[in-house]
Amino acid sequence: MNRRFLYFVERNFLVWRKLLIPSLVANLADPLIYLVGLGFGLGALVGTVDGRPYITFLAGGMLCYSTLNSATAEALYSGFSRLKVQRTWEGVLHAPMTVTDVVLGEWVWAAIKAVLSGSAILLIMYGLRLVHGFAPLTVLPVLLLLGLCFAGVALVMTTLARSYDFFTYYFTLALTPMSFLSGVFFPLHNLPAALQTVAWCLPLAHGASLARGLALGDPMPWPWLSVLVLVTYGLAGVTIASRLAYRRLTK
Amino acid sequence: MSGAAVLDVRGLRKLYGGRAVVDNLSFAVHAGECFGILGPNGAGKTTTLRCCLGLTNPDGGTLELGGLPVPASARLARYRVGVVPQFDNLDPDFTVTENLVMYARYFDIAARDARARVPALLEFAGLTDRGASRIDALSGGMKRRLTLARALVNDPDILFLDEPTTGLDPQARHLIWDGLKRLVAGGKTLILTTHFMDEAERLCDRLCVMDSGAIIAEDTPHGLIARLIEPVVVEVYGEGVREWAQSHARPVVERLELTGETAFCYMHDPAPLLERLGQAPELRVLRRAANLEDVFIKLTGRDIRD
Repeated sequence: MNRRFLYFVERNFLVWRKLLIPSLVANLADPLIYLVGLGFGLGALVGTVDGRPYITFLAGGMLCYSTLNSATAEALYSGFSRLKVQRTWEGVLHAPMTVTDVVLGEWVWAAIKAVLSGSAILLIMYGLRLVHGFAPLTVLPVLLLLGLCFAGVALVMTTLARSYDFFTYYFTLALTPMSFLSGVFFPLHNLPAALQTVAWCLPLAHGASLARGLALGDPMPWPWLSVLVLVTYGLAGVTIASRLAYRRLTK
Repeated sequence: MSGAAVLDVRGLRKLYGGRAVVDNLSFAVHAGECFGILGPNGAGKTTTLRCCLGLTNPDGGTLELGGLPVPASARLARYRVGVVPQFDNLDPDFTVTENLVMYARYFDIAARDARARVPALLEFAGLTDRGASRIDALSGGMKRRLTLARALVNDPDILFLDEPTTGLDPQARHLIWDGLKRLVAGGKTLILTTHFMDEAERLCDRLCVMDSGAIIAEDTPHGLIARLIEPVVVEVYGEGVREWAQSHARPVVERLELTGETAFCYMHDPAPLLERLGQAPELRVLRRAANLEDVFIKLTGRDIRD
Protein backbone atom coordinates (compact mmCIF):
# COMPACT_ATOMS: atom_id res chain seq x y z
CA MET A 1 0.00 0.00 0.00
CA ASN A 2 1.36 3.40 -0.88
CA ARG A 3 1.88 6.00 1.80
CA ARG A 4 1.54 9.13 -0.29
CA PHE A 5 -1.53 10.16 1.69
CA LEU A 6 0.84 10.76 4.61
CA TYR A 7 2.20 13.82 2.77
CA PHE A 8 -1.23 15.37 2.98
CA VAL A 9 -1.54 14.38 6.64
CA GLU A 10 1.83 16.07 7.12
CA ARG A 11 0.56 19.20 5.40
CA ASN A 12 -2.45 19.43 7.68
CA PHE A 13 -0.35 18.67 10.75
CA LEU A 14 2.13 21.46 9.90
CA VAL A 15 -0.71 23.96 9.54
CA TRP A 16 -2.31 22.77 12.78
CA ARG A 17 1.02 23.10 14.60
CA LYS A 18 1.10 26.80 13.73
CA LEU A 19 -2.18 27.26 15.58
CA LEU A 20 -1.35 24.84 18.35
CA ILE A 21 -2.17 26.99 21.42
CA PRO A 22 -5.65 28.24 20.42
CA SER A 23 -6.44 24.77 19.12
CA LEU A 24 -5.50 23.07 22.40
CA VAL A 25 -7.36 25.66 24.45
CA ALA A 26 -10.49 25.03 22.38
CA ASN A 27 -9.95 21.28 22.73
CA LEU A 28 -9.84 21.48 26.51
CA ALA A 29 -11.93 24.50 27.47
CA ASP A 30 -14.97 23.75 25.33
CA PRO A 31 -15.71 20.24 26.58
CA LEU A 32 -14.76 21.21 30.13
CA ILE A 33 -17.47 23.88 30.11
CA TYR A 34 -20.02 21.42 28.71
CA LEU A 35 -19.10 18.67 31.06
CA VAL A 36 -18.98 20.74 34.22
CA GLY A 37 -22.02 22.85 33.28
CA LEU A 38 -24.27 20.00 32.20
CA GLY A 39 -22.73 17.46 34.51
CA PHE A 40 -23.13 19.37 37.76
CA GLY A 41 -26.05 21.61 36.71
CA LEU A 42 -28.23 18.98 35.11
CA GLY A 43 -26.71 16.33 37.37
CA ALA A 44 -28.22 18.05 40.44
CA LEU A 45 -31.70 17.57 38.91
CA VAL A 46 -31.14 14.09 37.54
CA GLY A 47 -29.34 12.56 40.46
CA THR A 48 -27.85 9.23 39.45
CA VAL A 49 -27.97 7.29 36.18
CA ASP A 50 -27.56 3.52 36.32
CA GLY A 51 -26.32 3.85 39.89
CA ARG A 52 -23.65 6.54 39.47
CA PRO A 53 -23.45 10.33 39.25
CA TYR A 54 -24.89 11.86 36.06
CA ILE A 55 -21.62 13.61 35.30
CA THR A 56 -19.83 10.26 35.06
CA PHE A 57 -22.50 8.92 32.72
CA LEU A 58 -22.38 12.11 30.67
CA ALA A 59 -18.58 12.07 30.45
CA GLY A 60 -18.74 8.63 28.81
CA GLY A 61 -21.08 10.07 26.16
CA MET A 62 -19.06 13.25 25.77
CA LEU A 63 -16.00 11.16 24.90
CA CYS A 64 -17.84 10.14 21.73
CA TYR A 65 -19.66 13.38 21.13
CA SER A 66 -16.48 15.43 21.26
CA THR A 67 -14.68 12.96 18.99
CA LEU A 68 -17.58 13.06 16.53
CA ASN A 69 -17.69 16.86 16.54
CA SER A 70 -14.00 17.25 16.00
CA ALA A 71 -13.83 14.73 13.14
CA THR A 72 -16.89 16.30 11.52
CA ALA A 73 -15.73 19.92 11.82
CA GLU A 74 -12.32 19.10 10.35
CA ALA A 75 -13.62 16.99 7.47
CA LEU A 76 -16.52 19.31 6.64
CA TYR A 77 -15.42 22.89 7.15
CA SER A 78 -11.64 22.68 6.97
CA GLY A 79 -11.82 20.01 4.28
CA PHE A 80 -14.23 22.04 2.17
CA SER A 81 -12.15 25.18 2.42
CA ARG A 82 -9.13 23.18 1.20
CA LEU A 83 -11.20 21.57 -1.56
CA LYS A 84 -13.02 24.62 -2.88
CA VAL A 85 -12.08 27.95 -1.35
CA GLN A 86 -8.30 27.53 -1.20
CA ARG A 87 -7.97 25.05 -4.11
CA THR A 88 -5.43 23.15 -2.05
CA TRP A 89 -6.58 19.77 -3.37
CA GLU A 90 -6.23 20.98 -6.96
CA GLY A 91 -2.69 22.20 -6.30
CA VAL A 92 -1.67 18.88 -4.80
CA LEU A 93 -3.06 17.00 -7.81
CA HIS A 94 -0.62 18.84 -10.09
CA ALA A 95 2.12 16.98 -8.21
CA PRO A 96 2.45 13.18 -8.44
CA MET A 97 -0.48 12.69 -6.04
CA THR A 98 -3.92 11.23 -6.73
CA VAL A 99 -7.41 12.17 -5.60
CA THR A 100 -7.42 9.07 -3.37
CA ASP A 101 -4.19 10.21 -1.70
CA VAL A 102 -5.77 13.55 -0.84
CA VAL A 103 -9.05 12.05 0.43
CA LEU A 104 -7.20 9.45 2.53
CA GLY A 105 -5.00 12.22 3.91
CA GLU A 106 -8.02 14.30 4.95
CA TRP A 107 -9.66 11.20 6.43
CA VAL A 108 -6.73 10.13 8.57
CA TRP A 109 -5.94 13.68 9.64
CA ALA A 110 -9.53 14.39 10.74
CA ALA A 111 -9.45 11.13 12.73
CA ILE A 112 -6.18 12.13 14.41
CA LYS A 113 -7.67 15.49 15.41
CA ALA A 114 -10.75 13.67 16.68
CA VAL A 115 -8.63 11.42 18.88
CA LEU A 116 -6.98 14.52 20.34
CA SER A 117 -10.38 16.00 21.19
CA GLY A 118 -11.59 12.74 22.70
CA SER A 119 -8.36 12.43 24.67
CA ALA A 120 -8.94 15.90 26.08
CA ILE A 121 -12.24 14.65 27.55
CA LEU A 122 -10.49 11.62 28.96
CA LEU A 123 -7.91 13.91 30.54
CA ILE A 124 -10.68 15.98 32.10
CA MET A 125 -12.30 12.78 33.36
CA TYR A 126 -9.06 11.87 35.10
CA GLY A 127 -8.80 15.43 36.45
CA LEU A 128 -12.33 15.28 37.89
CA ARG A 129 -11.56 11.81 39.28
CA LEU A 130 -14.38 10.25 37.28
CA VAL A 131 -12.01 7.50 36.10
CA HIS A 132 -8.94 5.87 37.68
CA GLY A 133 -6.02 3.65 36.72
CA PHE A 134 -4.89 2.51 33.30
CA ALA A 135 -7.93 0.53 32.17
CA PRO A 136 -9.82 3.58 30.77
CA LEU A 137 -6.94 4.20 28.34
CA THR A 138 -8.19 1.20 26.35
CA VAL A 139 -10.85 3.57 25.01
CA LEU A 140 -8.25 5.34 22.83
CA PRO A 141 -8.50 2.87 19.89
CA VAL A 142 -12.27 3.30 20.02
CA LEU A 143 -11.81 7.05 19.70
CA LEU A 144 -9.70 6.44 16.59
CA LEU A 145 -12.41 4.20 15.15
CA LEU A 146 -15.03 6.83 15.93
CA GLY A 147 -12.88 9.50 14.32
CA LEU A 148 -12.38 7.44 11.15
CA CYS A 149 -16.09 6.59 11.09
CA PHE A 150 -17.41 10.15 11.32
CA ALA A 151 -14.64 11.69 9.23
CA GLY A 152 -15.47 9.18 6.49
CA VAL A 153 -19.17 10.00 6.52
CA ALA A 154 -18.48 13.76 6.74
CA LEU A 155 -16.18 13.61 3.70
CA VAL A 156 -19.12 12.39 1.63
CA MET A 157 -20.90 15.63 2.54
CA THR A 158 -17.74 17.65 1.86
CA THR A 159 -17.29 16.22 -1.63
CA LEU A 160 -20.99 16.71 -2.43
CA ALA A 161 -21.19 20.27 -1.13
CA ARG A 162 -21.35 23.34 -3.37
CA SER A 163 -21.20 25.76 -0.42
CA TYR A 164 -20.86 25.73 3.36
CA ASP A 165 -24.65 26.11 3.71
CA PHE A 166 -25.07 22.52 2.59
CA PHE A 167 -23.60 21.31 5.89
CA THR A 168 -26.58 22.68 7.81
CA TYR A 169 -28.64 19.80 6.40
CA TYR A 170 -26.15 17.28 7.66
CA PHE A 171 -26.19 18.73 11.17
CA THR A 172 -29.94 19.30 11.38
CA LEU A 173 -31.12 16.15 9.67
CA ALA A 174 -28.43 13.67 10.67
CA LEU A 175 -26.01 14.54 13.45
CA THR A 176 -28.28 16.33 15.92
CA PRO A 177 -31.08 13.72 15.86
CA MET A 178 -28.48 10.95 16.07
CA SER A 179 -26.85 12.60 19.09
CA PHE A 180 -30.15 12.62 21.00
CA LEU A 181 -31.02 9.08 19.93
CA SER A 182 -27.75 7.40 20.73
CA GLY A 183 -27.45 7.50 24.50
CA VAL A 184 -24.97 10.37 24.69
CA PHE A 185 -26.87 12.68 27.04
CA PHE A 186 -29.32 10.18 28.58
CA PRO A 187 -29.50 6.39 28.65
CA LEU A 188 -30.62 4.72 25.46
CA HIS A 189 -32.87 2.28 27.33
CA ASN A 190 -35.16 5.17 28.33
CA LEU A 191 -36.27 5.51 24.69
CA PRO A 192 -39.22 3.64 23.14
CA ALA A 193 -38.21 0.29 21.67
CA ALA A 194 -38.68 1.44 18.05
CA LEU A 195 -36.32 4.38 18.51
CA GLN A 196 -33.80 2.10 20.21
CA THR A 197 -33.82 -0.09 17.09
CA VAL A 198 -33.17 2.97 14.92
CA ALA A 199 -30.37 4.07 17.25
CA TRP A 200 -28.60 0.71 16.99
CA CYS A 201 -28.52 1.09 13.21
CA LEU A 202 -26.48 4.28 13.61
CA PRO A 203 -22.79 4.38 14.49
CA LEU A 204 -22.93 6.74 17.48
CA ALA A 205 -24.88 4.35 19.76
CA HIS A 206 -22.24 1.71 19.11
CA GLY A 207 -19.48 4.22 19.79
CA ALA A 208 -21.10 5.28 23.08
CA SER A 209 -21.55 1.66 24.08
CA LEU A 210 -17.88 0.86 23.42
CA ALA A 211 -16.65 4.07 25.05
CA ARG A 212 -18.64 3.57 28.26
CA GLY A 213 -17.73 -0.09 28.28
CA LEU A 214 -13.98 0.54 28.10
CA ALA A 215 -13.72 3.84 29.98
CA LEU A 216 -16.27 3.19 32.72
CA GLY A 217 -16.55 -0.62 32.75
CA ASP A 218 -20.21 -0.72 31.66
CA PRO A 219 -21.52 -3.93 30.09
CA MET A 220 -21.22 -3.89 26.26
CA PRO A 221 -24.08 -5.77 24.56
CA TRP A 222 -22.27 -6.54 21.25
CA PRO A 223 -18.71 -5.21 21.33
CA TRP A 224 -17.49 -6.78 18.06
CA LEU A 225 -20.66 -5.90 16.23
CA SER A 226 -20.16 -2.32 17.43
CA VAL A 227 -16.62 -2.29 16.06
CA LEU A 228 -17.90 -3.71 12.79
CA VAL A 229 -20.58 -1.01 12.49
CA LEU A 230 -18.04 1.79 13.03
CA VAL A 231 -15.58 0.28 10.56
CA THR A 232 -18.30 -0.23 7.95
CA TYR A 233 -19.64 3.31 8.14
CA GLY A 234 -16.12 4.73 8.03
CA LEU A 235 -14.91 2.66 5.09
CA ALA A 236 -18.13 3.14 3.15
CA GLY A 237 -17.88 6.88 3.76
CA VAL A 238 -14.29 7.30 2.64
CA THR A 239 -14.82 5.05 -0.40
CA ILE A 240 -17.85 7.00 -1.57
CA ALA A 241 -16.12 10.32 -0.80
CA SER A 242 -13.13 9.25 -2.85
CA ARG A 243 -15.34 8.41 -5.85
CA LEU A 244 -17.25 11.68 -5.54
CA ALA A 245 -14.05 13.70 -5.25
CA TYR A 246 -12.61 11.95 -8.30
CA ARG A 247 -15.70 12.79 -10.33
CA ARG A 248 -15.69 16.35 -9.06
CA LEU A 249 -12.00 17.08 -9.65
CA THR A 250 -11.35 15.22 -12.89
CA LYS A 251 -14.35 16.51 -14.82
CA MET B 1 12.41 20.29 -35.06
CA SER B 2 15.17 19.44 -32.62
CA GLY B 3 15.12 16.72 -29.99
CA ALA B 4 12.64 13.96 -29.27
CA ALA B 5 8.96 14.64 -28.65
CA VAL B 6 8.40 15.11 -24.91
CA LEU B 7 4.70 15.60 -25.43
CA ASP B 8 2.88 13.75 -28.17
CA VAL B 9 -0.84 14.32 -28.61
CA ARG B 10 -2.72 12.36 -31.25
CA GLY B 11 -6.38 12.62 -32.09
CA LEU B 12 -7.30 14.01 -28.67
CA ARG B 13 -11.03 14.27 -28.09
CA LYS B 14 -12.90 15.46 -25.00
CA LEU B 15 -16.65 15.72 -24.64
CA TYR B 16 -18.66 17.72 -22.12
CA GLY B 17 -22.35 16.93 -22.08
CA GLY B 18 -22.12 15.28 -25.49
CA ARG B 19 -20.43 18.32 -27.07
CA ALA B 20 -16.79 18.05 -28.17
CA VAL B 21 -14.73 20.83 -26.57
CA VAL B 22 -11.55 19.29 -27.97
CA ASP B 23 -11.91 17.44 -31.23
CA ASN B 24 -9.29 15.35 -33.03
CA LEU B 25 -6.40 17.47 -31.77
CA SER B 26 -2.84 16.46 -32.64
CA PHE B 27 0.47 18.14 -31.93
CA ALA B 28 3.94 17.29 -30.67
CA VAL B 29 6.30 19.33 -28.51
CA HIS B 30 10.04 18.68 -28.71
CA ALA B 31 12.63 18.84 -25.96
CA GLY B 32 13.91 22.33 -25.26
CA GLU B 33 11.34 24.31 -27.19
CA CYS B 34 8.67 26.73 -26.04
CA PHE B 35 5.35 25.74 -27.57
CA GLY B 36 2.39 28.11 -27.37
CA ILE B 37 -1.30 27.28 -27.56
CA LEU B 38 -3.26 30.37 -28.57
CA GLY B 39 -6.99 30.69 -28.74
CA PRO B 40 -9.95 32.77 -27.65
CA ASN B 41 -11.77 32.00 -24.40
CA GLY B 42 -13.50 28.64 -24.59
CA ALA B 43 -11.30 27.34 -27.43
CA GLY B 44 -10.34 24.29 -25.35
CA LYS B 45 -6.83 25.33 -24.26
CA THR B 46 -7.19 24.55 -20.56
CA THR B 47 -9.01 21.28 -21.28
CA THR B 48 -6.13 20.27 -23.55
CA LEU B 49 -3.58 20.98 -20.81
CA ARG B 50 -5.64 19.08 -18.24
CA CYS B 51 -5.76 16.08 -20.56
CA CYS B 52 -1.99 16.25 -21.09
CA LEU B 53 -1.42 16.19 -17.32
CA GLY B 54 -3.83 13.33 -16.74
CA LEU B 55 -6.11 15.53 -14.64
CA THR B 56 -9.08 14.64 -16.78
CA ASN B 57 -9.70 11.57 -18.91
CA PRO B 58 -9.99 12.07 -22.67
CA ASP B 59 -12.83 10.53 -24.67
CA GLY B 60 -10.51 9.60 -27.50
CA GLY B 61 -6.97 9.77 -28.83
CA THR B 62 -3.59 8.95 -27.33
CA LEU B 63 -1.28 11.07 -25.19
CA GLU B 64 2.34 10.58 -24.27
CA LEU B 65 4.09 12.80 -21.75
CA GLY B 66 7.81 12.34 -21.16
CA GLY B 67 7.57 8.97 -22.89
CA LEU B 68 4.80 7.72 -20.58
CA PRO B 69 1.21 7.04 -21.62
CA VAL B 70 -1.36 9.45 -20.15
CA PRO B 71 -3.67 9.07 -18.31
CA ALA B 72 -2.49 5.50 -17.52
CA SER B 73 0.89 6.61 -16.11
CA ALA B 74 0.07 10.28 -15.58
CA ARG B 75 1.08 10.28 -11.92
CA LEU B 76 4.55 8.97 -12.76
CA ALA B 77 4.87 11.38 -15.68
CA ARG B 78 4.15 14.30 -13.34
CA TYR B 79 7.39 13.65 -11.41
CA ARG B 80 9.18 15.30 -14.34
CA VAL B 81 6.62 18.06 -14.85
CA GLY B 82 5.91 21.47 -13.32
CA VAL B 83 2.52 23.19 -13.54
CA VAL B 84 1.56 26.86 -13.33
CA PRO B 85 -2.24 26.80 -13.24
CA GLN B 86 -4.48 29.56 -14.54
CA PHE B 87 -5.76 30.38 -11.05
CA ASP B 88 -3.31 30.53 -8.17
CA ASN B 89 -3.67 27.69 -5.72
CA LEU B 90 -0.83 28.55 -3.39
CA ASP B 91 -1.41 27.27 0.12
CA PRO B 92 -2.63 30.30 2.12
CA ASP B 93 -2.01 28.47 5.41
CA PHE B 94 1.75 28.53 4.76
CA THR B 95 4.44 31.17 4.26
CA VAL B 96 6.31 31.56 0.97
CA THR B 97 9.12 29.22 2.04
CA GLU B 98 6.75 26.70 3.60
CA ASN B 99 4.78 26.60 0.34
CA LEU B 100 7.89 25.56 -1.57
CA VAL B 101 9.05 23.02 0.99
CA MET B 102 5.65 21.39 1.39
CA TYR B 103 5.11 21.22 -2.36
CA ALA B 104 8.45 19.46 -2.76
CA ARG B 105 7.27 16.85 -0.25
CA TYR B 106 4.49 15.81 -2.66
CA PHE B 107 7.30 14.83 -5.05
CA ASP B 108 8.89 12.55 -2.42
CA ILE B 109 11.66 15.10 -1.83
CA ALA B 110 13.01 15.06 1.73
CA ALA B 111 12.27 18.22 3.73
CA ARG B 112 15.98 18.82 4.25
CA ASP B 113 16.69 18.66 0.49
CA ALA B 114 13.67 20.84 -0.21
CA ARG B 115 14.86 23.51 2.22
CA ALA B 116 18.26 23.48 0.52
CA ARG B 117 16.58 24.33 -2.80
CA VAL B 118 14.54 27.23 -1.43
CA PRO B 119 17.11 30.07 -1.68
CA ALA B 120 17.76 29.44 -5.38
CA LEU B 121 14.02 29.24 -6.10
CA LEU B 122 13.33 32.46 -4.18
CA GLU B 123 16.10 34.18 -6.07
CA PHE B 124 14.72 32.99 -9.40
CA ALA B 125 11.32 34.37 -8.42
CA GLY B 126 12.75 37.66 -7.14
CA LEU B 127 11.34 36.89 -3.68
CA THR B 128 14.59 36.50 -1.76
CA ASP B 129 13.52 38.70 1.14
CA ARG B 130 9.92 37.43 1.20
CA GLY B 131 10.52 33.89 2.40
CA ALA B 132 8.70 34.44 5.67
CA SER B 133 5.79 36.38 4.14
CA ARG B 134 2.23 35.16 4.29
CA ILE B 135 0.66 34.46 0.90
CA ASP B 136 -2.09 37.06 1.30
CA ALA B 137 0.61 39.71 1.83
CA LEU B 138 1.96 39.15 -1.71
CA SER B 139 0.94 41.14 -4.79
CA GLY B 140 -0.59 39.39 -7.79
CA GLY B 141 2.74 39.42 -9.62
CA MET B 142 4.59 37.98 -6.62
CA LYS B 143 2.03 35.18 -6.32
CA ARG B 144 2.49 34.27 -9.98
CA ARG B 145 6.28 34.25 -9.56
CA LEU B 146 5.95 32.08 -6.46
CA THR B 147 3.65 29.72 -8.36
CA LEU B 148 6.32 29.53 -11.06
CA ALA B 149 9.00 28.84 -8.44
CA ARG B 150 6.77 26.18 -6.90
CA ALA B 151 6.47 24.52 -10.30
CA LEU B 152 10.27 24.21 -10.30
CA VAL B 153 10.72 22.51 -6.90
CA ASN B 154 11.20 19.13 -8.57
CA ASP B 155 13.56 20.55 -11.25
CA PRO B 156 11.15 19.43 -13.99
CA ASP B 157 12.02 18.83 -17.65
CA ILE B 158 8.64 20.07 -18.84
CA LEU B 159 6.62 23.04 -17.65
CA PHE B 160 2.94 23.60 -18.34
CA LEU B 161 1.79 27.20 -17.96
CA ASP B 162 -1.87 28.07 -18.29
CA GLU B 163 -2.17 31.79 -19.05
CA PRO B 164 0.84 32.64 -16.88
CA THR B 165 0.49 36.43 -17.06
CA THR B 166 -3.28 36.98 -17.19
CA GLY B 167 -4.26 39.75 -14.79
CA LEU B 168 -0.73 41.11 -14.28
CA ASP B 169 0.51 44.64 -14.92
CA PRO B 170 3.18 45.21 -17.62
CA GLN B 171 6.09 45.27 -15.16
CA ALA B 172 5.00 41.99 -13.60
CA ARG B 173 4.50 40.41 -17.03
CA HIS B 174 8.01 41.34 -18.11
CA LEU B 175 9.44 39.76 -14.96
CA ILE B 176 7.59 36.51 -15.68
CA TRP B 177 8.75 36.58 -19.32
CA ASP B 178 12.37 37.04 -18.23
CA GLY B 179 12.02 34.03 -15.94
CA LEU B 180 10.49 31.91 -18.69
CA LYS B 181 13.23 32.86 -21.17
CA ARG B 182 15.86 31.85 -18.65
CA LEU B 183 14.14 28.48 -18.26
CA VAL B 184 14.11 27.85 -22.01
CA ALA B 185 17.75 28.93 -22.19
CA GLY B 186 18.43 26.42 -19.42
CA GLY B 187 17.04 23.63 -21.62
CA LYS B 188 13.53 23.22 -20.21
CA THR B 189 10.55 22.52 -22.41
CA LEU B 190 7.67 24.97 -22.01
CA ILE B 191 4.06 24.49 -23.05
CA LEU B 192 1.99 27.58 -22.47
CA THR B 193 -1.47 28.80 -23.26
CA THR B 194 -2.14 32.48 -23.70
CA HIS B 195 -4.38 34.92 -25.45
CA PHE B 196 -1.73 37.62 -25.41
CA MET B 197 -0.15 37.79 -28.85
CA ASP B 198 2.88 39.78 -27.73
CA GLU B 199 3.56 37.11 -25.12
CA ALA B 200 3.35 34.34 -27.72
CA GLU B 201 5.47 36.25 -30.24
CA ARG B 202 8.14 36.97 -27.65
CA LEU B 203 8.40 33.57 -26.00
CA CYS B 204 7.30 30.82 -28.34
CA ASP B 205 9.51 28.96 -30.80
CA ARG B 206 6.41 27.41 -32.26
CA LEU B 207 2.74 27.88 -31.69
CA CYS B 208 -0.67 26.71 -32.69
CA VAL B 209 -3.93 28.61 -32.85
CA MET B 210 -6.93 26.76 -31.43
CA ASP B 211 -10.56 27.56 -31.99
CA SER B 212 -13.63 25.51 -31.10
CA GLY B 213 -11.48 22.62 -29.91
CA ALA B 214 -9.37 22.24 -33.06
CA ILE B 215 -5.99 23.53 -34.24
CA ILE B 216 -6.53 25.87 -37.17
CA ALA B 217 -2.89 26.90 -37.73
CA GLU B 218 0.54 25.83 -36.51
CA ASP B 219 3.98 27.33 -37.26
CA THR B 220 6.68 29.61 -35.89
CA PRO B 221 5.35 33.08 -34.99
CA HIS B 222 7.09 34.58 -38.05
CA GLY B 223 5.97 31.71 -40.24
CA LEU B 224 2.34 32.36 -39.30
CA ILE B 225 2.66 36.05 -40.05
CA ALA B 226 4.47 35.48 -43.34
CA ARG B 227 2.11 32.75 -44.53
CA LEU B 228 -1.25 33.90 -43.36
CA ILE B 229 -1.45 37.65 -43.54
CA GLU B 230 -0.62 40.63 -45.75
CA PRO B 231 2.56 42.28 -44.44
CA VAL B 232 1.36 45.88 -44.04
CA VAL B 233 -1.53 47.17 -41.94
CA VAL B 234 -2.94 50.67 -42.07
CA GLU B 235 -5.42 51.53 -39.35
CA VAL B 236 -7.69 54.47 -40.10
CA TYR B 237 -9.81 56.21 -37.43
CA GLY B 238 -12.26 59.09 -37.41
CA GLU B 239 -15.81 60.14 -38.07
CA GLY B 240 -17.25 58.84 -41.31
CA VAL B 241 -14.42 56.34 -41.70
CA ARG B 242 -16.81 53.53 -42.65
CA GLU B 243 -18.20 55.33 -45.68
CA TRP B 244 -14.80 56.63 -46.69
CA ALA B 245 -13.21 53.18 -46.41
CA GLN B 246 -15.94 51.50 -48.45
CA SER B 247 -15.62 53.97 -51.29
CA HIS B 248 -11.95 54.99 -51.21
CA ALA B 249 -9.96 52.23 -49.47
CA ARG B 250 -11.62 49.05 -50.68
CA PRO B 251 -10.45 49.40 -54.29
CA VAL B 252 -6.76 49.72 -53.34
CA VAL B 253 -6.35 47.28 -50.42
CA GLU B 254 -6.30 43.49 -50.37
CA ARG B 255 -8.47 43.08 -47.29
CA LEU B 256 -10.60 45.54 -45.34
CA GLU B 257 -12.10 45.05 -41.87
CA LEU B 258 -14.44 47.57 -40.25
CA THR B 259 -15.05 47.64 -36.55
CA GLY B 260 -16.66 50.55 -34.74
CA GLU B 261 -15.00 53.72 -36.00
CA THR B 262 -11.84 51.97 -37.18
CA ALA B 263 -10.92 50.56 -40.58
CA PHE B 264 -8.16 47.91 -40.71
CA CYS B 265 -6.62 47.81 -44.18
CA TYR B 266 -4.31 44.91 -45.10
CA MET B 267 -2.04 44.96 -48.17
CA HIS B 268 1.45 44.50 -49.59
CA ASP B 269 1.92 47.98 -51.01
CA PRO B 270 0.40 50.81 -49.00
CA ALA B 271 1.37 53.64 -51.41
CA PRO B 272 -2.00 53.99 -53.24
CA LEU B 273 -3.95 54.00 -49.98
CA LEU B 274 -1.64 56.54 -48.33
CA GLU B 275 -2.00 58.78 -51.34
CA ARG B 276 -5.80 58.72 -51.01
CA LEU B 277 -5.53 59.27 -47.27
CA GLY B 278 -3.51 62.42 -48.02
CA GLN B 279 -6.73 63.93 -49.39
CA ALA B 280 -8.69 63.08 -46.22
CA PRO B 281 -6.92 65.07 -43.48
CA GLU B 282 -9.82 64.58 -41.03
CA LEU B 283 -8.88 60.88 -40.65
CA ARG B 284 -6.14 59.69 -38.32
CA VAL B 285 -3.77 57.01 -39.65
CA LEU B 286 -1.51 54.38 -38.11
CA ARG B 287 0.75 52.42 -40.41
CA ARG B 288 2.49 49.33 -39.02
CA ALA B 289 3.78 45.86 -39.88
CA ALA B 290 1.35 42.99 -39.54
CA ASN B 291 1.73 41.06 -36.30
CA LEU B 292 0.48 37.92 -34.68
CA GLU B 293 -2.63 39.64 -33.41
CA ASP B 294 -3.69 40.33 -36.98
CA VAL B 295 -3.22 36.65 -37.80
CA PHE B 296 -5.19 35.68 -34.71
CA ILE B 297 -8.08 38.01 -35.54
CA LYS B 298 -8.09 36.87 -39.14
CA LEU B 299 -8.27 33.23 -38.05
CA THR B 300 -10.71 33.54 -35.18
CA GLY B 301 -12.75 36.59 -36.14
CA ARG B 302 -13.57 39.77 -34.27
CA ASP B 303 -16.59 38.46 -32.40
CA ILE B 304 -16.51 38.53 -28.59
CA ARG B 305 -16.17 35.10 -26.93
CA ASP B 306 -17.60 34.60 -23.48
